[in-house]
Amino acid sequence: MASATTPPETGELKIVKDATCTFCGCVCDDIDLSVQDNQIVKAQRACVLGKAWFLNHDIEDRPSCLIEGQPATLEEGYDRAAQILTGGRYPIIYGLSDSPCEAQRVAVGIADWIDGTIDTTTSVCHGPSGMAVQGVGEVTCTLGEVMNRGDLIMFWGSNPAESHPRHFTRYSLMPKGMFTPNGRKDRTCVIVDVRKTKSAKAADHFIQIKPRRDFEALWTLRALVNGVELEADEVGRQTGVELAVWQDLAERMKSCRFGVVFFGMGLTMTRGKHCNTEALLALTRDLNAHTRFVAKPNRGHGNVTGADNVVAWRTGYSFGVNHARGYPRFNPGEYTTSDVLARGEADSAMMIACDPMANFSEPARAHLRKIPYVALDAKETPTTRSAAVAFTVATYGINTGGTVYRLDDVPIPLRPAFPSPHPSDQEVLTQIERRVRAIKGIRGQ
Amino acid sequence: MSTPFILIPGRTSKQGCGISEGKYGDNYQQEINTLQVAAADMQRLGLESGDRVRLTSEHGQAEASVAAAKKDELPEGVLFIAYGDVSSRLMGADTHGSGMPTSKGLDVEIEKLPANTN
Repeated sequence: MASATTPPETGELKIVKDATCTFCGCVCDDIDLSVQDNQIVKAQRACVLGKAWFLNHDIEDRPSCLIEGQPATLEEGYDRAAQILTGGRYPIIYGLSDSPCEAQRVAVGIADWIDGTIDTTTSVCHGPSGMAVQGVGEVTCTLGEVMNRGDLIMFWGSNPAESHPRHFTRYSLMPKGMFTPNGRKDRTCVIVDVRKTKSAKAADHFIQIKPRRDFEALWTLRALVNGVELEADEVGRQTGVELAVWQDLAERMKSCRFGVVFFGMGLTMTRGKHCNTEALLALTRDLNAHTRFVAKPNRGHGNVTGADNVVAWRTGYSFGVNHARGYPRFNPGEYTTSDVLARGEADSAMMIACDPMANFSEPARAHLRKIPYVALDAKETPTTRSAAVAFTVATYGINTGGTVYRLDDVPIPLRPAFPSPHPSDQEVLTQIERRVRAIKGIRGQ
Repeated sequence: MSTPFILIPGRTSKQGCGISEGKYGDNYQQEINTLQVAAADMQRLGLESGDRVRLTSEHGQAEASVAAAKKDELPEGVLFIAYGDVSSRLMGADTHGSGMPTSKGLDVEIEKLPANTN
């Protein structure tokens, strides 16, 4: 049987100041936690998602390791995991968006040793945005600059009221900044979406476009910003919005002092995908002939931005990287996990802090069910239930420290609240890496 | 008889909280299995909150309970559901060279199920 001993309960109340919430990409690092008997009982300043995150991650009463659904020792689990990863011809490692950078770094190393593919949840999140950044370039800034300077705040295909609840109050709309001393009164908010989301209430101007017409709407704005005349009837027919509305918005965008458009998966998951985000990034680039304007993806998971950074440091590419030839190659659609599984190519896998069994297409899920794979997660999920080897790991940011990246690529340290009897994902990955290297006969650093 | 719609899967705060509570918990399961429908479409299809429907896309089928969308949150002809097993069953595997399956703006047909189908 696995698992160390649960720390003793003393009844003592401990306060952890400025803890970091790792649920969403906002990575708010001003949360004061009250901790009693290995459980967080209060999370001051946390949003509804943050409270659910902190208050529901107590110590899971499950074995730290299961092999084929049966309790096993961690040593047995590490051995079996290394055998799985070295025993196939096409291993793939996926996930990483809910792990600290230090663990992500080890995972990339394992992918390299086994000549495998490494991919992160970015590929089914803002992967198309990553492709667009490579094609068009990125005009960017930190959330601090948005707070201090932003006077036109736009959201396109993003619903932060539900996905990033403190976005408005802590970073983008409400805060008073150096050049926005009156906070919300100094800003204009425009939201573009296909449905009137809960975020729409925060907008001064809400623009509801036809579903699947983001590309047409963005190119309408590009044309207007660049002085191209358009036919009003055609614009209305294509976008579902009158030309006059787009003309007004284009003028606002050109005449603001510092504009920012936060964009979400309404662009990346809809028909057009990277073409949609390319259009937005190109529009942003064009606007810099008139004023200062930036575009920022509203990243979802706590450390998905860190995953992009770490994989890029180590391989040169941020997701969908294949090492089969002994050096990194990048090709979305070929080396991205959803595709690799749906085509039936991978014959072994490791799923780290992700749940493809819940989120992938049926052909991809059907193939994953057929192959041996290792899963690491703090919670039980459809992915851990079907794994050949499943590790219950400590929760990052609550039980373990490390570094995560906020959605604007700013690194933030974690301040754990209480220890877990379960190993951290970094510890599990380090042990697996050691065994992988032994099997492959790799010596030295 | 089936009626064509565009389905927008997306995040909700209830779904997000449900992930932390546990994916096998009632809150998460209820949220990812509830289809939001515009009030006018509910009326047109003779649906009431809690009714069961079958959704069919080019790639698969799934069943869900319906709930009326709040106020004017959804335009007519557009459906919403929180990301989860139901939305995944309806999306295709082709990523068009992007790594991302088309996961929003799915063409679906909706069909009301008899009351005893559960």
